[in-house]
Amino acid sequence: MESMTILNNVEDKHIEELESVTIRFAGDSGDGMQLTGTQFTKTSAIVGNDISTLPDFPAEIRAPAGSLPGVSGFQLNFSNHDIRTPGDEPNVLVAMNPAALKVNLADLEPGGILLVNTDAFSDNNLKKAGYGSNPLEDGSLTGYRLFKLPITTLNRAALRDEVELPPKEIDRCKNFWALGLMYWLYDRPLEPTMNWVNEKFKKKPDVVKANVTALKAGFAYAEAAEIFTTHYRVRKAAIAPGKYRNITGNEATALGFVAASVLAGRPLFYASYPITPASDILHELSMRKNFGVKTFQAEDEIAAVCAAIGASFTGNLGLTGTSGPGLALKSEALGLAVMTELPVVVVNVQRGGPSTGLPTKTEQADLLQAMFGRNGECPVAIVAPATPGDCFHMAIEAFRIATRYMLPVIYLSDGYLGNGAEPWRVPAMDELPRFEANLYKDPDNFQAYARDPQTLARPWAVPGTPGLEHRIGGLEKQDITGNVSYDPENHMHMVETRAAKVARIADDIPELEPFGEREGRLLVVGWGSTHGSITSAVEEMQGRGRSVSSVHLRHLNPFPRNLGELLGRFDRVLVPELNMGQLWLLMRAKYLVPAISFPKVKGKPFKISELTAKMEEVYED
Amino acid sequence: MSTNTDANQGGNGGQPPVKLTRKDFVSDQEVRWCPGCGDYAILAQVQKVMPELGIRRENVVFVSGIGCSSRFPYYMNTYGFHSIHGRAPAVATGIKASNPELSVWVITGDGDALSIGGNHLIHAIRRNLDINIILFNNRIYGLTKGQYSPTSEMGKRTKSTPFGVIDYPLNPLSVALAAEATFVARSVDTHTQHLQMIVQRAMEHKGVSFVEVYQNCNIFNDGAFDMFTARDVKEDRMIELEHGRPLIFGKERNRGIRMRSDMHLEVVELGNGVSESDLIAHNEKAPDSYLAYMLARMEYPEYPVPVGVFRDVQKSTYEDLLTEQVERAIQNMGPGDLEGIINSGDTWVIE
Ligand code: SF4
Repeated sequence: MESMTILNNVEDKHIEELESVTIRFAGDSGDGMQLTGTQFTKTSAIVGNDISTLPDFPAEIRAPAGSLPGVSGFQLNFSNHDIRTPGDEPNVLVAMNPAALKVNLADLEPGGILLVNTDAFSDNNLKKAGYGSNPLEDGSLTGYRLFKLPITTLNRAALRDEVELPPKEIDRCKNFWALGLMYWLYDRPLEPTMNWVNEKFKKKPDVVKANVTALKAGFAYAEAAEIFTTHYRVRKAAIAPGKYRNITGNEATALGFVAASVLAGRPLFYASYPITPASDILHELSMRKNFGVKTFQAEDEIAAVCAAIGASFTGNLGLTGTSGPGLALKSEALGLAVMTELPVVVVNVQRGGPSTGLPTKTEQADLLQAMFGRNGECPVAIVAPATPGDCFHMAIEAFRIATRYMLPVIYLSDGYLGNGAEPWRVPAMDELPRFEANLYKDPDNFQAYARDPQTLARPWAVPGTPGLEHRIGGLEKQDITGNVSYDPENHMHMVETRAAKVARIADDIPELEPFGEREGRLLVVGWGSTHGSITSAVEEMQGRGRSVSSVHLRHLNPFPRNLGELLGRFDRVLVPELNMGQLWLLMRAKYLVPAISFPKVKGKPFKISELTAKMEEVYED
Repeated sequence: MSTNTDANQGGNGGQPPVKLTRKDFVSDQEVRWCPGCGDYAILAQVQKVMPELGIRRENVVFVSGIGCSSRFPYYMNTYGFHSIHGRAPAVATGIKASNPELSVWVITGDGDALSIGGNHLIHAIRRNLDINIILFNNRIYGLTKGQYSPTSEMGKRTKSTPFGVIDYPLNPLSVALAAEATFVARSVDTHTQHLQMIVQRAMEHKGVSFVEVYQNCNIFNDGAFDMFTARDVKEDRMIELEHGRPLIFGKERNRGIRMRSDMHLEVVELGNGVSESDLIAHNEKAPDSYLAYMLARMEYPEYPVPVGVFRDVQKSTYEDLLTEQVERAIQNMGPGDLEGIINSGDTWVIE
C-alpha cells in the first residue's frame, strides 16, 4: 500500500502531553459512530487511561439519512488521572456530515479540534441539516481548529485495490478510517481494534480485511499528510491495582443478578418485555442459561412482573426489568408482591419522561413513582447504583434485601448508567457478599405469615413442600395465619407491619460516609447516576478551599440511618437531581431541612461546571 | 389456619399419602359464594377428580385472578395464589416455567380471562405451557354486581346496559382455538359426570388445556343456559362430542350434523336416505383446528350446543423447551462459572 510506504519514510512528528481529552464522534445513525466510540474507549482503557463515556443516539432506528434527528453521537473522556464523567465539553468533534456538525457544534470548546468529512457536505445534505450556506466555506467555523478531510474519498482510494466488496460496503468502513486517524492523533495502538475485527467478522475475511485496511489507512494518512503537525499523548492513569474490564451499567446489572443467583444458591428467573434502555439486560441474561437462568420475554410489562412474582412464589429469584412507562404498568402487580410478601426485584432503567418522553435520553424522574406509585399504603425498598460498575454490587444488594425481608425491591438505574461504560475493577470471588436465601421446610405449626422477630419476614414456603400448602393473594391477610381478613384493626396492623419491614432495612445497610469533612458549610446530596459529576464538582470546590462535602445515596428507601444527622451538620444542603426535585421533596418531608433543589431535565447528565457554579452560588448565599 | 397437616398429608417425610380422598382437597375456609351458585358444583367436581389423578397435594397450585370464580383457590387444600384481575395466566406462567414439576391450574371467569386478561390468556395458550385453564362462563360480572361481560348476548339488559348490550360477544373457544390451544373442551356446571370427565381429560393432557364451563350465576344472570342445558331439553339441544363417533344427538338419537358442500354445517334427520356415514365423525386429534372451530361456532337455536373435547393434540410445551435450552447450554458451555464471566471480555491488569 502506497500510504504505508510513506509512513515508513516520515520522521516522527512532535508529540504533546495532555492530562485528559474529551472526544465526541458524531455522524448519521448509519455511520457507525457508536462502534467507533466504543472501540476508541476500549483501546484507551487497555493502554491504561481512566475513561468515561456517554453514548447519545436517536430514538428512531433509522431516521432519514442526513437529517438532524438521525444524528448519533458518542462522547468519551480519557485521562491520566481519576475521572468520573464523560467530560463537560468535547475538545474534539468528529463530524461525519452537516447534520452532525449542526447538532454538536455548540458543545465543542472554543478553539477545539473540529474534524469533518467534506464528502458529506453536499448541497442536499446541507439543506437537510438546515444550513443556508456551507459552514466549511462561509467562515463561521473560524473559532475552531478545522480539519477538512474527504474521508469517503480517501477511504475508497485505500480500499479500492485491496478488497472485492460492493461500493456500499466499502463506504461503511469510513468510520474505521476516521478511527485510525484519531488513533494516530492520540497515539493509540491499532491492535486492540484489529483483534476485535478479526474476532467479530471471522467468518467474513473480506470484511475483516476492509476494516483493517481502512483503520491502517486512516492512521497512515494522519502520519503522512501535512495537515497534522502535532499528535498527543495521554499517559496512564494511576488507577488502583487490579484486574480491569470495561463494563456498561446494563452489563454490570445483568452480571450482578447472575452473581446474586450464584451467591444465594437460588435460580434466577428474568421476565421482561423489550423496552429502551433496559432491553440489553434481557439480551445479556438470555445468554446465561448455563447458570440455570431462565429468561422469559413476556407479552407485556404486566405479564412480565406477574411471571416474576409467580417464579418467586416457587422459590426462584423472580426478576423483571423495564423503564419508566413499564414501571407504571407494573404498579398493580407490585402491590400484589407487597401484599403476598414475595422477594421480587424490579429493575427500572429510567429514561426521559413522561409517557414515551425521550426514550434514549437519561433522567432520574421515577423516584417518586418507585416510592409512591401504587394504590394503598404500599411501601417497597428502593436501591440505586451510583456508577456503571456499582450496578453489579447493587444488583446483589437488591436480592439480598428482597430475600432477607421478603418484599419487593425496585432498582433504579438510568439510561446514562445503563449505556455508559467505565473501567471496572473485577472483584475477586471472596470480596462478594454471601447471603442466605433459604426456603422454609418445617410443617410443624406452619403459619404462612409467621414473622421473623428481627426482620419481620414471613417464611418463604414454596409449592412442592409437603405440609406447607397454603393460599396467598391480594386480599388483606390476617397476620401470622395468612387467612383473608377484613378486620379493621388487623388492616392497620398489617399496613404498619409492611412499613416496618422496609424501615428495618436501615439497620442492615451501611451508614453514609461523606466525601470530604463531616461538617461544614455545604453538603451536596445526590443519588444514582449523578455520582460522577457531583463528586468531581465537589472535589473541584474543595480544591478552591471551599468547605463542601457530599454524600451519595445508594439506598433510597429506607434512607441510611445517619442521613438526618449529617444534614444537620452543614449550613447549607444542595440536592442536584436529573428531575424536578424528587429526593429533595422526600428529604424535606422527612427531615424538615431547608435543602435547596438543583433540578435538570434535559435528557443529559450534569456538567461539572454547572454544578460548581450552583455550589458557589449556594455557598455565598 | 389455612393449612392442613393431618396424618395423611405433608410432614410425612415426603412420602406419597396412602390414598387421598375428596376431603383431602377441601380447605378449612368457609365457602363464600351465593347459595345456589354454579361455582359450588364445579368446586365439588374438581375436588372429586383430584384424588383420582394421583398427584400429591403439595404439588398442586391453583392460580386465579379476580371475580367470583377466582375465590376458588381458597377452597382447595393445595397451594393457591389469588392474584390480580386478568393476570392469572401470567402468574401461572411464571410458576410453571420456573418449576415444571408442579400441576398448575388457572381458575378464571369470562370477564377476568376475556376482557381485562385477554392478552395474557392468548399468550399463555400459544406458548403451550402444561397448565389447565378453567374458564367459568356465566356471561355476566357477578362480583361487581351485574354488568355485562364480553360473553353477554347482544341486546342483554344489565346494570350497565339498561338499553341493551351493543357489543358483539366473544366465543371463548374460538379465542382459544385461534391461539392454537392443544386441548379445548366445554362442559356445564350441572352435568357433573361429564364435567368430572372433562376435568380429568384436561389434567391428563400434556400441554395447555382450555376448558369452558357454562356456569349459572343465579343472582345476576339466572338461567342463562337453561334453554339448552336443562334436564328435559338438553338431549335435543346439546350434542356431546366423542372422538371417532358421528355427530348424533336428540332424545331419539335421530339427528346429526353434516357438512354441506359449501363448508356449512347443517342439522339433518337420519333416515330418508341420510345415514350415519353422511355425518361428520368427530376427530379431536385433527392436526388443524378447522373442524373444532366450526363446532365451536355452533350455537343454539340454529344448532345443538356441543360439549366435550373439541381438540386434543400434542406439541412440545414451553417449560420443556425452556428446560431443554438450559440443559443444552450447560452441556455446551459447561455449568455457569461466575468468576469466569466476570473476568470475560477485554481485561487488563493495572500493577
Ligand atoms: S354473584 Fe353469581 S357468580 Fe358470583 S357467587 Fe353469586 S351466584 Fe355465583
